[in-house]
Amino acid sequence: MEIINEIKQTVESHPIVLFMKGTPQFPMCGFSSRTSQALKAVGAEFHSVNVLEHPEIRANLPRFSNWPTFPQLFINGELIGGCDITIELYEKGELAQMVREAKSA
Amino acid sequence: MNAERIERMRAKLTEALAPTTLDIIDDSHKHVGHAGARDGRGHFTVHVTSSAFAGLSLLARHRAIYAALGGMMDTDIHALAIKADVPDPMSECWIPFLWERL
Repeated sequence: MEIINEIKQTVESHPIVLFMKGTPQFPMCGFSSRTSQALKAVGAEFHSVNVLEHPEIRANLPRFSNWPTFPQLFINGELIGGCDITIELYEKGELAQMVREAKSA
Repeated sequence: MNAERIERMRAKLTEALAPTTLDIIDDSHKHVGHAGARDGRGHFTVHVTSSAFAGLSLLARHRAIYAALGGMMDTDIHALAIKADVPDPMSECWIPFLWERL
């Protein structure tokens, strides 16, 4: 239960959070890498959590978010999706808008 | 092994979503040696076109696919790239129209 509260606090205290394998500088998975690249491409400042270093988050986040895989992108406390959704939103130009609105929120 | 997995994925997705097109690609060979490939689960791409997705957000479409695959996400699938579309209304309208004119 404690870990669920910690996750909740993380997504509520940063406008944009990416739970990923590795770090934006050293991603350990192609999907995590592409997702952080898309965020960087729209100039997003985001908080990242390396789930490989936090096995308890890795084990519990899927239950919290009802989403089975990583990476997971949260904006303003809400799950946006994984790699494919982030890339699709980026290609449609919607990611840039969501990031702008997240900053102002 | 992955051929059998793909058949099971196909059966589950077909039953849950009645897709008009369904492509499942085995990407596992691209990840040999990568940490995620060592547990023996596969990497796949699915492209599902279904009218069940009409009016649903991308998030909800992907969730519907995960729900359809159920326990396979834990036992058989390490990574899943997803493309979830609604059928193109043009192709549905035009094919019967052109067919009639033949």
